[in-house]
Parts: sequence; C-alpha cells; structure tokens
Amino acid sequence: MQQSDDKISADLAAAVSEGDRSALASALNLLDDQRARVRSQAAELLALLQVNQQFRDRHLIGITGPPGAGKSTLCAALISVWRKRGLRVGVLAVDPSSPISGGALLGDRLRMQTSHEDDGVFIRSLSSRGQFGGLSAEVWPMSIVMLAGFDIVLIETVGVGQREADIAQLCDTTCYVAQPGSGDSVQFLKAGILEVPHILVVNKEDMGNVARRTLAELRSALNREHPDGHWKVPVLATSATTNAGVESLADVIDEHHNALTTQQTLLPRRRRYQIYWIHKRLLEEFGSFGIERLGGEKKFLAQLEKNQLDLFQHYESLRKQLHKI
Amino acid sequence: MSQDSVKRDRPWLMRTYSGHSSAQASNQLYRTNLSRGQTGLSVAFDLPTQTGYDSDHPLARGEVGKVGVPINHIGDMEALFDQIPLDQMNTSMTINATAPWLLALYVAVAERQGVEPSTLQGTTQNDVLKEYLSRGTYIYPPEPSVRLTTDLIAYTVEHIPKWNPTNVCSYHLQEAGATPIQELAYALSTAIAILDAVKASGQVSEESFHEVVGRISFFVNAGIRFVEETCKLRAFGRMWDELTQQRYGVDNPKQRRFRYGVQVNSLGLTESQPENNVQRIVLEMLAVTLSKSSRARAIQLPAWNEALGLPRPWDQQWALRMQQVLALETDLLEYDDLFEGSHVVETKVLELIAGAREEMARVESQGGLVTCIETGYVKSELVQSHTLRMRNIESGELKIIGVNCFEETAESPLTAGEESGIMKVDKRAEEEQLTSLRHFRSNRDFDQVERALELLRAAAIDGTNIMPPSIECARSGVTTGEWSEVLREVFGEYRAPTGIDIAPLTGGASEALKLVRESVRMTGTELGRPLRLLIGKPGLDGHSNGAEQIAVKARDAGFEIVYEGIRLTPHQIARAAQEEGVHLIGLSILSGSHMELIDDIFTELKRIGSADIPVVIGGIIPEQDAEHLLQNGLKAVFTPKDMDMNGIMSAMVSIIRKAHGLEVLS
Repeated sequence: MQQSDDKISADLAAAVSEGDRSALASALNLLDDQRARVRSQAAELLALLQVNQQFRDRHLIGITGPPGAGKSTLCAALISVWRKRGLRVGVLAVDPSSPISGGALLGDRLRMQTSHEDDGVFIRSLSSRGQFGGLSAEVWPMSIVMLAGFDIVLIETVGVGQREADIAQLCDTTCYVAQPGSGDSVQFLKAGILEVPHILVVNKEDMGNVARRTLAELRSALNREHPDGHWKVPVLATSATTNAGVESLADVIDEHHNALTTQQTLLPRRRRYQIYWIHKRLLEEFGSFGIERLGGEKKFLAQLEKNQLDLFQHYESLRKQLHKI
Repeated sequence: MSQDSVKRDRPWLMRTYSGHSSAQASNQLYRTNLSRGQTGLSVAFDLPTQTGYDSDHPLARGEVGKVGVPINHIGDMEALFDQIPLDQMNTSMTINATAPWLLALYVAVAERQGVEPSTLQGTTQNDVLKEYLSRGTYIYPPEPSVRLTTDLIAYTVEHIPKWNPTNVCSYHLQEAGATPIQELAYALSTAIAILDAVKASGQVSEESFHEVVGRISFFVNAGIRFVEETCKLRAFGRMWDELTQQRYGVDNPKQRRFRYGVQVNSLGLTESQPENNVQRIVLEMLAVTLSKSSRARAIQLPAWNEALGLPRPWDQQWALRMQQVLALETDLLEYDDLFEGSHVVETKVLELIAGAREEMARVESQGGLVTCIETGYVKSELVQSHTLRMRNIESGELKIIGVNCFEETAESPLTAGEESGIMKVDKRAEEEQLTSLRHFRSNRDFDQVERALELLRAAAIDGTNIMPPSIECARSGVTTGEWSEVLREVFGEYRAPTGIDIAPLTGGASEALKLVRESVRMTGTELGRPLRLLIGKPGLDGHSNGAEQIAVKARDAGFEIVYEGIRLTPHQIARAAQEEGVHLIGLSILSGSHMELIDDIFTELKRIGSADIPVVIGGIIPEQDAEHLLQNGLKAVFTPKDMDMNGIMSAMVSIIRKAHGLEVLS
C-alpha cells in the first residue's frame, strides 16, 4: 500500500511540474483532503515538488480589498496582460462561506478567463470555511503546488481585517485594492488594522474626482517604506474597464519580485510563512498541549528554523508523532 | 333576445406563439392557424437566431429549430411568409438582441412582395433589458444594446409609423419570480430607461417624441391570483398615464394609453396532472379581459402541455379555442368596466401603486434600471422573491393542486399513446437547415455582402442609425451570424450578474433541510473535503430560474457551489468541473437540446480525463429521452414534477456517495 502511494505521489508531482491540468486538479483535491491517510500522501507530494529549492523565478501574488472595489475585474485585466507576455497564470479565489450551513457560492471564473480555450489559465475557487483567520488553511500548500505549474499564482480574497494580515504574510507581493470614496482603507492603515501591503491600488479610476481624492489620501498616509524594508509602497490608479494603468501595475508587481530576488529575501520570506503555517496548523489540531509535547514553542520553532530538509515532511512527521502520543 | 340588438366590443387580437423546425414548416403552421380563425401572427425564433448565430455555428448545435424557427437570411424570411401578404398581416416578433436585424429582414421581404414598408403593422419585442434579468438572450453590454433598441424605435416612428417598436416586458419578470409590485416597478423603470435613451439620442424631434411614447406597448404576464392580477393591470394603466404626462409632458390622452399584449403565466403550469393547466390558463385569461378599461389588446395562451415538451398543432388549437369561447360565446364583451366603483378593487390598486412607486424610487436613486442591472441589484431581488415562492411551495403554504396537494390521480388518457402527448421535432430539420444555409451562402454576391457589412460596421462605430445599413445587409444576403458578429466586434459581448449571491432567507431551517445538511456535512467528512457542486447551463437557453434556485438551495444545504450563469459550452463546463474539483455536475437545459449537449459534455469530460464525475440534469426532458440518457451514463433526471428541492438535494448526495463507493444513507 505504502509503495503504491509513493508511486502515485511521484507520478503526480512529475505531471504537475509539466503543467498537466488533470494532475494539477487531482493534486489540489489531494491537498484539500482532510483524511489522515491522504494527508501523508499530500506531504509526500509537497516534498517531491522540492518547495525549498525551486520556484525562485515564480511569483506568488495576493490581491485583496473590500467587496465592490473591483478586484475580480482587475484580476481579469492583469491576467490578460500576463497572458500577452506569455506567462502562465494559476488563480486561487477565496470566497466566504456561510457560518450556518457551511455552504458557499464560489468564484467569478468566467470574468477571469481571457479565452475559454486558453490552457494558460487555471482557476480553483476555495471557500474560507470559517477557519485560519479567514483564509482557508489549504491556501498555502495549494499555492505551492500551483507555483510548480505556473509562472504566476494569484490569490484573490475579499474583506478587510484579519484576512489581509494573512495574505500579506503568505504572498511574495500583496496588492490592496481600495474602494474609491471610502475613507476606510486610510483609517484601517493608520489604525494598524490593515497590514501594510506592498502595492496599493485605487481601481475605478474612471470615477474621477472621488478616485483622485482617495489616491491623494492614500499617498500621504503611505509616504514611507514598507516595514519589510527596502521597498517604498507605490500607490497606483487603474481602471479595469478601460484597462488604464493595468500594464504599469503588472510592471510594478514585477519590480517587487525583482527587488525580493536581488535582496535575496524571496525564499526566506516563503520559508518564514511556511514555518508560521506549520506552527498555526499544529496549534489548531493539537492545541498548546501538543506544542508542549514537542518540547515547547521555542524549541519547536528553533528546530524548524534549523531544518534544511523539506519542512512539509517535517510537519507530517510531527503530526504522526503527536497522533501516537 | 337577438344578438344583433346588443352592442359588443371588438375582441382582442388572438395569437398563438409558434414556430419550429424550419421556415417552410412554420409557414405551413401559420397558414393553418390563420385558417382556423387566428387573427395575428406571433413568431417564435429559435435560440441561435435570437442570440445572433447562424445554424451551423458550434454553439447552435442541437438548438436549431427547437424553440422556434431558424432564420439565417432573407431566403428563410421569405419562405416563412410565403403566401402570407404582409400588408394584411399583424405580426408580432419575439426578438430582442437581434431585433433590428429581423425587422430589416421583414422590411426586405415586404419589398420583395411589392408591399410598401411604411404600411407594415406589427410588433418587435425589442426589450433587451429584461433579457439580462430573465430569459437571457442578450448579446452585447447594456449600453450598446439600449442604443440598438432606440435606433429601431427612432427608425420606425419615422418610416413604419404603425409599427410597435418596443414591447416592454413584465412577462419574463414574473417568470423569474417577480411579485406584482416588482413587475410594475421594473417594467415601468424599463420604459423610462428606453424613453430617456431615445430622448438623449437626439434622433427624434420633440413632437415625434410624443409619438414614440404613444407607440410604446407592453407585454404582460397574468398569474393564477387573477383578482390581484386584474388590479395590477389597472395599476399599470394609471401609473403609465401619470408617468407619460408628468415625466414626458404628453398631453394627448390617446398617446398615454397603456397598450398591452399578454401571454399568461407559464411558471405555474405543472407537469403532474397537466390537464389542470387548462383551467389555470382560462382563469389567468380572465385577469386580462374582465376589466374593460384595462383589457389586453392581444392575447396568446400557452398550451396545456408546455411543461411536458413542445405542443402539437392540436394543443395550440385548443388554446385558441379557449379565447374564442370567452370572446364570442360569453357576454363579457357586452359590458362596460365591471369593477368601476368597487372599493375592494380600488384599495388593492392603490396598495400596488404605492409599493411600485417606492421600488421605482429605489431604482432611480441607484442610478436607474440599466445601472441596477449592471450592479445585479434587480436580479438579486428577483432571485430572492423566487426563492421565497419555492419555499412556500415546499412548506405547503402555497398550494399547487396535483403537486403539493391532491397528488393522487387516475391515469390520464391525454398523455397516453405513442407521442406521450407532445410534439417531436423532426431530427432531419437541423440537417436540412444546414444544407440550405450552405447553398444560400455560396450563391450570393460576395462583394455586395462585404460592402453591406462595412456600412453596418461604420454605422455601429459612428453612431448613425443602425436600421438603414441593416436593411441593406438583408437585401444583400448577409446572414444572422454575420450581422451579429460585426456588432460583437464593435460592441463586445456581455455576461450579466447571476443574482444568486443573496443572503440566506431568514427563519429557521425546516426539519427536512436540517436532515439534508447533516448528510451533506457527513458525506463531506467521509470524502475528506466539503461537497462541491457545479451547476451548468450549456447551450443557448437563457432560462436560468431553475439553475439559480438549485444553486441557492444547495448553498443553504451546505454544498460549495460553482455557478457561472448561462450560455456555457460543454468544453467550459467540463473544464470548470475539473479545475474546481467538484463531486457532481448538475446541468439545466430547457430548450430541448439536451440529447446533443449531454453527449458533448460526456465527450469533453472523457477527453480531459474527468469522466468519473457524475452528471445529473434538470429541465423539460420527455420521459423517453430521460430513459435513453440514463442508459448512457447520466445519473439522474429532474423535471418540473420534482418540486421537492430537499428531495433533489438528497438524491444528489446519494449519487455522490454511490460514485465513491460509500453506502447510500437511508
């Protein structure tokens, strides 16, 4: 049994790296699966994709902002620009789920497809499933699998508050799309509710004066470096309806990726999130008692930092260890 | 008492909405209907014609000649009216996105018959706004669509003065779930949007503008609550009179008259005990005839077996005879308005007017109807109302005889027999249409076609009236697909909001829903992740009510739903199912093209390696077709008979469990 599982994971990893859509879909299903036996397979798969070594030239981008800011149309416009530049794009769209039934209405897929015959775009919708600070816990491993198959992976989330904090840590580059005419963004930024994004966008530039005022407010509120350092947060205006500013936004997003690579902060950044995710996941599953059993938070985190091997495998072995106790 | 001594009103225009297979077959049908005493024609076009595709376009596969007649070019239009002199005919055409084109063809055929176009009489539905809310045969974004609408209006007012250029439709709003108040509010808001656009276009002088107002007519629905419906029509008349006077300054009372035609409600027609639909239709007809001051100008009735499939000529004759009995046998037309002075009716009318005014103000404050369509506001309101209706049927609060009460029945002789009581479209019709289209295409003057299309493109770009170059295209042998494609290139295509993102209805879940929720949750846990369902509407059919209601219900039952609206190709559906990792695909098809479309979806799923995803269908599916589909791997067929939505949900859970080798829950 174990033998054949290994084989399945190996075949799947190879096919995903080749950009096979069917394999990618199966891999995402696998990562979404909460059954214990499947979880080990998922860990195998992630390890085989050699998360820590590769995907340096790939880019994980988060787009977030309040409802009605025009995120979906902006994503669509960006995807169209990237496709013209010959880049393959994977999308993870996160939608809220109903707290009562658990049900959810997913996605805005059609708007994001440049052409339905285009094999260069792959969209998977996820529901927040009320856990992990609003972002589905599966987003991180799924984005890793998508990075194996696509040049650009785009994560779209809705809302203000905790979710932005999450997406800001998870992605290489975070864009916040502000709603013109709403002072909320500025207030949230000042109050520290909103994690400072790498790029701020005022979409719906066609709204005229209202958009210009929001733009000015954000520029003055954010006239400083990003807390990550070495990056001055640009504030851009776009219009997804007329496509104005979308090319420049794509350029700025690319610049940020270049900055991360030259400063050699891209991979440490991803690794940092990976550790954060593992920590949070184990806490959720086993509580602080679980972390104590592993020698306490400090020791446990230090171990993860030191680990030069694959962190996902390390995570899975910690789970097994805790399940045995 | 001799009949001669009593002064009777002239009866309304009697029509039957019809057309199928081919221009020739429909022509036969029209001539038969006219010889049986029908006094006007009502043309049903097939979906490719309505959405601007030639019969051989890939999206047209399976749809040609199904819900109406295919018209690709002037040859088809000529055959459709063969031996029917257009100067003596009053023709209503249910056509919207491609209305300027079909009118252009009609004008060109008149020319060929030697009829002066300025004498033509009839109606183009030409109300594209409601297509975004219901019915779904829009093509372009709202703004250029409204421009086409106004071009047709401006042209006919000047050149075909007796034509009704626009039939503002509240009909389809009711089919999409609208309450009487919503019907009043959104239909009148539509009329405002159209008239404002005509005014803003600057194509019509101040004087002629009053003519335009006078030529606006309405297409209204009448449901089974016929007292309320009568009141609704009285409210319509009063509000229209007031609106045209106050907003547009029309002084001539004749130009302020609320003129309307009717097709009675199809939403309430049932598949079980379908003979009951006859009394439903008759009662609904009373709503639009009883009150003389708000009586319909033209009536078309559905056939008793619409929920089963396509009606046969005999079924249509029966529908016509219902009208004739009411108009000619009864004493209805001998009296003045029966409700004048009734306090009860007056109170109800005032209540409806107040509610409608409030909703119209809400629409206006949000920027008018076009904006409210783009933001999805109106669509969500309609989905919400329809959801409430379904909920009331489910709880038994809303009684439907033979569906949620008095379900027992003796065997019906009406649906017995080989045909099972419906019409079968000849499978060869589509093939013959394709052959004749290819023949027509290769026998025309290409340079002339090119020149005409360039004129059309130029007008589309620079904003001059679209009708003259369209008529030139019609004369030159341009096809429906070519005409529409030029405009697609200039205007772009559009997808309307689906409206299903409504908040769950308030009030607790019923016991049945709680049970379903538990089984959805449990099965999700057993399969490792929450159950996901893709709801797809393949083909050109835009009737999305059913798909929307299933989507909303499934969300409430705990499914994660992927629903992307209407007009998807089998390729798009298969691919979305794979990318989204769904456990089940639910398709909704009402146009009769289920055999071809399901076949295509199975092929696509196999091609991309996802043949293991189970597929079910909901729609108007005749029993023989259902058996065939089930044998070929389809997992379930749901028809209008299946009103129990919780039952549909549990059935889907069972299918998913079976597909994954889990024990089916009892």
